[in-house]
Amino acid sequence: MRYRFSTGLRHSDVTPASVFHARRRFLAGIGAGVGAGVLGLPGAGRAAPDITRLKPNTYEEITTYNNYYEFGTGKEDPAENAGAMQTDPWTVEIGGLVERPGAYGMDDILKGAPIEDRIYRFRCVEAWSMVIPWNGFQLSHLLDRVGVQPGAKYVAFETAVLPDVMPGVKRNVLEWPYREGLRLDEAMNPLTLLATGIYDKPIPNQNGAPLRLVVPWKYGFKSIKSIVRITLTDSQPQTSWNMSNPGEYGFYSNVNPEVDHPRWSQATERRIGGGFFAKREETQMFNGYGEEVADLYAGMDLKKFY
Amino acid sequence: MSGLADGINRTARRIPVWPLYILGVVPALAEYALGLTGRLGVDPVKAIEQQLGLYALQLLIAGLAITPLRRYFGINLLRFRRAIGLLAFFYVCAHLATWLVLDIQLLWGQIWRDILKRPYITIGMAAFAMMIPLAVTSNNRVLKRMGAAAWRRLHRLTYLVALLGSVHFVMLVKGWQLEPLIYMAIIAALLLLRLDFRRMPLARGA
Ligand code: HEM
Repeated sequence: MRYRFSTGLRHSDVTPASVFHARRRFLAGIGAGVGAGVLGLPGAGRAAPDITRLKPNTYEEITTYNNYYEFGTGKEDPAENAGAMQTDPWTVEIGGLVERPGAYGMDDILKGAPIEDRIYRFRCVEAWSMVIPWNGFQLSHLLDRVGVQPGAKYVAFETAVLPDVMPGVKRNVLEWPYREGLRLDEAMNPLTLLATGIYDKPIPNQNGAPLRLVVPWKYGFKSIKSIVRITLTDSQPQTSWNMSNPGEYGFYSNVNPEVDHPRWSQATERRIGGGFFAKREETQMFNGYGEEVADLYAGMDLKKFY
Repeated sequence: MSGLADGINRTARRIPVWPLYILGVVPALAEYALGLTGRLGVDPVKAIEQQLGLYALQLLIAGLAITPLRRYFGINLLRFRRAIGLLAFFYVCAHLATWLVLDIQLLWGQIWRDILKRPYITIGMAAFAMMIPLAVTSNNRVLKRMGAAAWRRLHRLTYLVALLGSVHFVMLVKGWQLEPLIYMAIIAALLLLRLDFRRMPLARGA
């Protein structure tokens, strides 16, 4: 049974910010970030300290410290540059091995979408992390709607390329468009979210408006932003960071403190917003979502499939 | 042109060197002040760490520019070079200290693994290590004891330090970014300017 504690985008209009925050903190604590209890098992086996550990980052922190290289490589660049991107109207081309391919407008995608609040840990490969209260719906909902053909094994995603408003795409920091992908079972996992909002506000451009992926047990770059294309495939799709540097970025890129990255030790992380002297925290296997996702990788050597 | 150079040289001769040491540390203190008062965005530690690294690299470039400035433009700023070099060392130390204390937080196991296993850290550490003998020998007493020729030979290490510093920068950013490549190109150009075979600058300890 799904435990959903809030729906609707007008929610914050009637809830004072302090209540909103307090309640979120509580729910994040009991669910330990597990989609605030996707499994409906509050507190299952998770220690109380998580209640304070999972205090969400502020809206300002979440929306001014972004990696979105289409808008520049500095952390503040996206917040500065992304304002000009038009996200309404927006269409997502859904194709490949699906029953009902086509260009889906955002209105269509959102029609009947079961939008939920999900407080997730977010772990960047650069060894920093945040806690983010997303609004969104499960990717599985959309995939069920368009109908996945039996032969499909992977889902490929692409970000918009808008040279007029994206200063970053003029240079080949990466090969554009930005591409990401998931195995179908990863895509169908209840934790995998298509986010449309943060703190009950429409998701800001710099965070990937109007529609982005959130895969909380993987490094942040897997959670592709401003999606314009979703393709179901039978073979593993190419992904941008893997194309640019296969030795450092694997297809799976699950958060894993034991598999080191050549540039950043993944054993610990710095939580953004903790202030000047915030202590580093130990990074958890699958970013703390092992109970929900470890089965997906049973029998796989995660040092090989990093 | 020589009129301009003469003017600069005349002015430069009148400026004492010692205030440079004081002014030089101000940007580092300012960076910390900004960070502590919440004016460096939501991740002040990373911002300080990166800015101090950038200042260090810029000072290394300034130090390397002294000789070509004199040779090609007749501008003589030689008397400031020691201060510039020592300030570069100061910024590398502050950069390293920020990493050790505020970023990696004295987790010695992880520090040690980072130094050994992360090439950009290994290279940064190598550059830092090479700067130690340079800093220690940057005073007149040691200079006299070593003799000018040996001293100059040792201080050619700065070429390698600057190169490694820029390699460190190129390696630590994700993807192919322009800024570190520009720094690297400037340093390469400053080193190439020294390869003037007719004048044999290396033999003269440029
Ligand atoms: C000559 C010596 C060095 C120079 C010139 C130098 C220069 C730089 C520069 C220019 C940056 C990038 C600034 C930016 O992103 O805007 C940087 C970043 C960094 N350096 Fe150094 N550095 C040196 C030595 C070291 C040493 C000894 C260490 C530590 C062992 C170190 C650790 C780092 C770290 C951790 C970063 C930040 C990486 C990140 O953005 O996550 N550096 N350095």
